[in-house]
Amino acid sequence: MSEVNQNAPKKGTILRWLDDRYPLISTWNEHIAEYYAPKNLNFWYFFGALALLVLVNQFVTGIWLTMSYKPSAAEAFNSIEYIMRDVDWGWLLRYMHSTGASAFFIVVYLHMFRGLLYGSYKEPRELVWLIGMMIFLVLMAEAFMGYLLPWGQMSYWGAQVIISLFSAIPVVGPDLALWIRGDYVISDVTLNRFFAMHVIALPLVLLILVFMHIVALHKVGSNNPDGIDIKKNKNAQGLPVDGVPFHPYYTVKDSMGAVAFMFFFAAVIFYLPEGGGFFLESPNFEPANPLKTPEHIAPVWYFTPFYAILRAVPDKLFGVMAMGGAIAVLFALPWLDRCKVRSIRYRGLSYKLLLAMLTVSFVALGYLGTQPATPELTKLARIFTVMYFAFFFVLPFTSAHEKTKPLPKRVH
Amino acid sequence: MSEKQEISIESIKRRQLLTGAVGVVGATGATAVAVPFVASWMPSEKAKAAGAPVEVDISQMQPGQMITVAWRGKPIWVVNRTPEMLETLEKVTSDLRDPNSEKSEQPDYCKNQYRSIKPEFLVVVGICTHLGCAPMYRPNPGAPEVGSSWLGGFFCPCHGSKFDLAGRVFKGVPAPVNLVVPSHRYLSETVIRIGEDPVKEGQKA
Repeated sequence: MSEVNQNAPKKGTILRWLDDRYPLISTWNEHIAEYYAPKNLNFWYFFGALALLVLVNQFVTGIWLTMSYKPSAAEAFNSIEYIMRDVDWGWLLRYMHSTGASAFFIVVYLHMFRGLLYGSYKEPRELVWLIGMMIFLVLMAEAFMGYLLPWGQMSYWGAQVIISLFSAIPVVGPDLALWIRGDYVISDVTLNRFFAMHVIALPLVLLILVFMHIVALHKVGSNNPDGIDIKKNKNAQGLPVDGVPFHPYYTVKDSMGAVAFMFFFAAVIFYLPEGGGFFLESPNFEPANPLKTPEHIAPVWYFTPFYAILRAVPDKLFGVMAMGGAIAVLFALPWLDRCKVRSIRYRGLSYKLLLAMLTVSFVALGYLGTQPATPELTKLARIFTVMYFAFFFVLPFTSAHEKTKPLPKRVH
Repeated sequence: MSEKQEISIESIKRRQLLTGAVGVVGATGATAVAVPFVASWMPSEKAKAAGAPVEVDISQMQPGQMITVAWRGKPIWVVNRTPEMLETLEKVTSDLRDPNSEKSEQPDYCKNQYRSIKPEFLVVVGICTHLGCAPMYRPNPGAPEVGSSWLGGFFCPCHGSKFDLAGRVFKGVPAPVNLVVPSHRYLSETVIRIGEDPVKEGQKA
């Protein structure tokens, strides 16, 4: 196959017939075969592709689960047990889906952390970051609504708490919570509409956002661990000297990452499907009881950092505002960070320390959110909440005059 | 060449006006179409109708006992408070956020120091005013998870809100107001009907 043939398939072939009627080859080339990615992408760059893989897993297993699940308060819990016990391979489909939800957040959090490490949110990739944050938001809504569907104790009371968050909004809050529930308490009505949102409305939005995320990325090109622009250094053919075509180089590399990921994923599904109580919580093996809250309620692990912030504030409205603010402030990151250097490799000590503080406080809050709210732990949660927000408040000041190292001409 | 351009600008302007007009009319229409979609999420007639009163027999209740009944899908607590329990209400007043229930929700006939019709029988909605968990009944002084200075009341396991034995919220916890007292009345000495106001004097048939 010569270069010419690649762009124009031979006459009389099916490929040619298709390409004359649909931009097949040009799309393939633009986004895969001739999309030049920096040649130094490291381990941290696996997680975007892995998020896509998990998304596919959630779609396929989710569609299969709807074939046996019944979205009604009377039948939901039993239909899950039916899937687990009576449907052939139902247990596997369900565990793939429930473990997949946690895996989704693991890879997305690591993917976001990569952005923080190498400044991937900075000019010209602000929009990639913003669309990504919207994906994160929709993903949280999707996970939350999905967690109600098994209609267990934690499903019920978790939803009760989260929907009540909206009632903290002044004036319209109580009516808004009523509107979301569609009833005076969480009921069959709520379950049925959450099912609709979870299986069609939000996945559709998610899919569109993921598409836009990739289109926006391919317009500006991938960042890299050195954070320098590979498009500035081109050869005679106009191709970046430090870039390699996405296919076959990164398709092969990402496949290797996918195999490694699936190894861990399968290990959890087969040997630790409840994730030690973190992926599926024990009170959820009891049907929902609107008259009794479980002794200790905590959201699934991926919400616990934000939940700990909510609990740390001893005021309903401010607690909800702090929790919302903890997510909202991430949207502003491209403008809060005023340093021109992208990668942590060439940034000053202040950013390294700040990022370490953010990471420690996020993980610590995540742990505290799983624990009961004793006075001592609440005090700790307050300290870490302040540290979490301090990152975003200090960063605009330190980043403006950061002592950075000289940037290399070529990637390493 | 220049004539041609003028014509095209003229034509574009005309189309801009049309586009604008269509846009405004279209947006109005779209808003109108959105109404049924948004409104369909409000409680249905069926959900609104499912609020019939419930009756509770309190004749078998022991002193200090609490029973839970469901009304409109919510837990309703009935507590038979002992004289010792009623005494604690005065002692905790200074630690409460809203001791006189000024900002809290209760029928007028329960806006008193006991937050009840009869001092000994407390009737409250067992839903925390913070984020809607069902608090736990911890009537004994010094309950382990609440602390040694505890005189008895309700403790919410979700976010640590505390209420006294009249459902009044303590200071320094996330819940903003006291537990809600539902409308209720005594059908007889031993039966309470929840969801109905007492019949006023002179209205008795």
